[in-house]
Amino acid sequence: MNETLGAVVTVAALAVGLLCLVAAIRNRPPDLSQFVGAALVEVAALVLTVVAVVAMIGGDRPTEVGTFVGYLFTFLALPPVGIALARLEPTRWGSVILTVAMLVMPVLVARLNQIWEATGA
Amino acid sequence: MRDRLNSGPGLVLVIVYGIFALSAGARATVQITTKFDEAPEAYLLSALAALIYLIATVGLARGGAFGRRLALVCCSAELLGVLVVGTLSIADKAAFPDDSVWSVYGRGYGFIPLILPIIGLYWLRHTARADRAAGTH
Repeated sequence: MNETLGAVVTVAALAVGLLCLVAAIRNRPPDLSQFVGAALVEVAALVLTVVAVVAMIGGDRPTEVGTFVGYLFTFLALPPVGIALARLEPTRWGSVILTVAMLVMPVLVARLNQIWEATGA
Repeated sequence: MRDRLNSGPGLVLVIVYGIFALSAGARATVQITTKFDEAPEAYLLSALAALIYLIATVGLARGGAFGRRLALVCCSAELLGVLVVGTLSIADKAAFPDDSVWSVYGRGYGFIPLILPIIGLYWLRHTARADRAAGTH
């Protein structure tokens, strides 16, 4: 898996997660900067996915392709679902929802890396 | 339907449960379709856990009396599952050759599988009380 893109998603998600966490602590509902931030993380996640899928089609793939693809679905779904739920909840808890979604993204990047590396490919 | 159950912290629970339902479900699907014979019990257990997370997500998201009942059954089953499987996986390692989401009380997932049902049950109780106090039930 492309490690640079993984790092980009990780750093972006941590930064946006921190922004959301601060808003939650300050008892603020999610604002535009949080939604835009989460959307940018999704764009980075999409780029990572496209690059990974192209690599897999090209023959460079993990042994557990199924598991990798399964985690990719969770990975791609998380920011949009977080945004949708946070929009339903215009209170501090909306900011908490986005915080959770953003902080889980680096965990998923780590899992995806782990599954990819497990092949030694 | 929005009510006390799926508002505020309740909606945070929905996304956490959703993440678990999706990742546990994806993992169990792969295990069962590609290497079921290696550890059928462990993989069926993974699938059961994923199903419970999924139903709990639906119950919490749906709200209302029915959603509450679904969530209550699932959170209870989850707590029981993580305690029983967690204990058995330490006592009898041979019976659990491949890690499931509940092995060693969910250590592979930062013990969240152990904490989550407790928070879920607390939230169900908390909102039921608030509803009773408000006279909406």
